[in-house]
Amino acid sequence: MAPQTLFERIWTSHVVVEPADEPALLYVDLHLIHEVTSPQAFEGLRLAGRRVRRPDLSIATMDHNVPTEEGPITDPLARRQLDALRQNCEEFGVPLYATGSGREGIVHVIGPELGISQPGMTIVCGDSHTSTHGAFGALAFGIGTSEVEHVLATQTLPQRKPKTMRVNFDGELPPGVAAKDMILAAIGQAGISGGVGYVVEYDGPAIRSLSMESRMTVCNMSIEWGARAGMIAPDDTTFSYMEGRPGAPAPGRDWEHALDQWRSLATDPDAAFDRELTVDVSKLAPQVTWGTNPEMVVPVHGEVPDPADYDDPAERGAVERALAYMGLAPRTKIEDITIDRVFIGSCTNARIEDLRTAAAVVSGKHVHPSVRALVVPGSAGVKQQAEDEGLDKIFTAAGFEWRRAGCSMCLGMNPDILQPGERCASTSNRNFEGRQGQGGRTHLVSPALAAAAALAGHFVDPLAVGDAA
Amino acid sequence: MKPFRRVTARAAVLDRADVDTDQIIPKQFLKRIERTGYGEFLFFDWMKQPDFELRRPEYADAGILLTGRNFGSGSSREHAAWALQDYGFEVVIAPSFGDIFRTNALKIGLLPIVLPAEAVETLMHAVAGGGSLTVDLETQQVTGPDDLVVPFEFEAFARESLLQGLDDIALTLKREAKITAFERSHSAPVDTTLLPA
Repeated sequence: MAPQTLFERIWTSHVVVEPADEPALLYVDLHLIHEVTSPQAFEGLRLAGRRVRRPDLSIATMDHNVPTEEGPITDPLARRQLDALRQNCEEFGVPLYATGSGREGIVHVIGPELGISQPGMTIVCGDSHTSTHGAFGALAFGIGTSEVEHVLATQTLPQRKPKTMRVNFDGELPPGVAAKDMILAAIGQAGISGGVGYVVEYDGPAIRSLSMESRMTVCNMSIEWGARAGMIAPDDTTFSYMEGRPGAPAPGRDWEHALDQWRSLATDPDAAFDRELTVDVSKLAPQVTWGTNPEMVVPVHGEVPDPADYDDPAERGAVERALAYMGLAPRTKIEDITIDRVFIGSCTNARIEDLRTAAAVVSGKHVHPSVRALVVPGSAGVKQQAEDEGLDKIFTAAGFEWRRAGCSMCLGMNPDILQPGERCASTSNRNFEGRQGQGGRTHLVSPALAAAAALAGHFVDPLAVGDAA
Repeated sequence: MKPFRRVTARAAVLDRADVDTDQIIPKQFLKRIERTGYGEFLFFDWMKQPDFELRRPEYADAGILLTGRNFGSGSSREHAAWALQDYGFEVVIAPSFGDIFRTNALKIGLLPIVLPAEAVETLMHAVAGGGSLTVDLETQQVTGPDDLVVPFEFEAFARESLLQGLDDIALTLKREAKITAFERSHSAPVDTTLLPA
């Protein structure tokens, strides 16, 4: 057989039928559902008199618009949407991890946490950050509401086969530099539409030495450069993360059998990709975005660009517009930019390791008096574990607010938003205009850098925080 | 879905690259559970800026949007496609689209046409000040003032679905026997109903 990439292996084993001149019909192993992109899909089923074909391959949670402070939901629209999800799940028999169940959380945090995001699977969700689950060697991608309805009704999706790209992360990551910095640097290098049309496999020594949770951070941001999906071939790091989780194969024969299958999920040495890209991380510094999309990124020791340096008028215009929105003068040093808010959270960086990293930076110190800082764990499970480890105490003693799980200020569908003009160091994934609140200014950073900036009141290399704080 | 064959309409020019779906429809409008009524919130924040292109009086009844590369990048929210359609757009022409946006648009009969950047620029010049274009999916041509004719590529199956206004879920359900046969030889690894409640 011709050599195959990991993607091709998974794709081939999930094609139900591939009629001539039509897209392939791809089988979906797991469908993740949340309140925002599903109500119209369920309504579509009702109107057409259709059922959910495989509720047993579906799971729903509440994450996007849930408040993260204690107390009832005061926004009537948010409540109506959450009620709709509850009713839809009851009516169609879909398992639901509702707010307050102790198992809720950001959909891309709870899949891996439950052990239901597994190597070799096809996973979809009405959310563009579904690529997160690709860290397990799954083919996972975001879909729109019409496609959500299609999957609910048929457990399949018509799909054109995407192109393949491999990104090799070479070298050893320096101290204080994280997975977030790796993916931001890659996006800066390739551009925000550099991945459009591709499924990307991330590989190389720097990927192999990452923990599972860091790999999820890398795959999570695949959509931020337009990729259809991002994935990492599973290895012992993957298997030891999964072992014993509720949805993982049962210990003994099932587990051994699964391991045998998962070990075959790799790209053949002589398989060809449509495109290859190399990112050297050996001299990588912590990254900070300065503009209004994730490609607009520089090292923390660097400076904001000057539009005058761009020859292409369209590019110059885009830089000028971004600087105007961000309220930044050309050539401002990143470390001279002061901040008002810090958000540690989101499907990119709200897992237990992220919280441990941030807690280690702020332990025994205090948030700068002009900064309001927020920690929002990715799931109820992460929150519980963090509290068991005493991380909540470290954060609150340092002046952080400690909240309940949800998407929160990553997209500001709940009350956690920036005020116009406020500047935020955020561990989330998008710095688009108004993303965290109308007129708000978002700078994407790693958890360590966000924590360090909270103490210093401006951006700073996390390794230098002792002096800066 | 309503069939799409041909439309003649005024074209609006939004000459910006990388317009993300957060701009097309901001998050505060995603809490509704209906599919309709998003048009009035289209480009909500940008519409407040006096010099925003789409506020020009000559674009008031535009049905075709000419824009820059990577239109509809970012979030998967189909609300972005719904908002454009509800506002009155039937066609978006750009050098490239965000993947998910493009699929969402196809699914609801909002025609996403990809043309080389130079061709989009030509069309932008041709309609400057509020000209009209005709987009014909059957002949795969955009025609405009002064005998301007710009052919475009369109994937055959998607074109046929749009021309006939097919329901692709109904199409897939015709293959139910094949799906059932596939399920017999492929057991999905996880049963979500057996997870701890």
